[in-house]
Amino acid sequence: MDVLYFAWVRERIGLPRETVETEAETVQDLVNELRRREGRYDLAFSDTSALRVAVDQELCDFDMPLKGAREVAFFPPMTGG
Amino acid sequence: MQEAAFDLGAEANAFAARQRGVGAIVTFTGIVRDLGDAPLHHMQIEHYPGMTEKALSKIAEDAAGRWALGDILILHRYGRLAPDDAIMMVATASRHRRDAFEAAMFLMDFLKSRAPFWKKEETAEGADWVAAKADDEAALKDWT
Repeated sequence: MDVLYFAWVRERIGLPRETVETEAETVQDLVNELRRREGRYDLAFSDTSALRVAVDQELCDFDMPLKGAREVAFFPPMTGG
Repeated sequence: MQEAAFDLGAEANAFAARQRGVGAIVTFTGIVRDLGDAPLHHMQIEHYPGMTEKALSKIAEDAAGRWALGDILILHRYGRLAPDDAIMMVATASRHRRDAFEAAMFLMDFLKSRAPFWKKEETAEGADWVAAKADDEAALKDWT
């Protein structure tokens, strides 16, 4: 599945998107998996209350199941307008 | 969404020219402002192509379902902007001014916190992401 990062999450991880092979059942499982990879992921995901997530371009909670998902995006709270 | 600057007057006039039978048009424009301690050089606006279009359509549909509107326009820029540049505009048309004003407020409140845009300020002291405000999130509750 494609995993996308925006704003300071992108900067901390050091890339805008990547393809991840995963068996993670929920967003939180995916986060735990990514955190185990490297320090930069661990740092970016250290406080998920400061993060928002979208699965297939719809905002959702971190307990969202990932079955059938094509795209998961992580980013800070939005600041439009 | 567009990277290029827009002409507020031309956009407002074109929007008005498309309407028939409305009694009120409200427009709002957001401007890059310099409020911090260090002088602002630029503002970088990032967005999520694909999700942005969906989120803006959903916000516009929600507004259209709540108020009697003839039409809605949302323009939002991304990329590198300078102080005093226009960032975005909304326009609403309705038979009645209250609907047009309230819908414009609603669009702005949801654009702030539910459309995937992120602002980064480049000042004399460095660059930093603009934090979302608790007030902006709280404003959404007033609409439920």
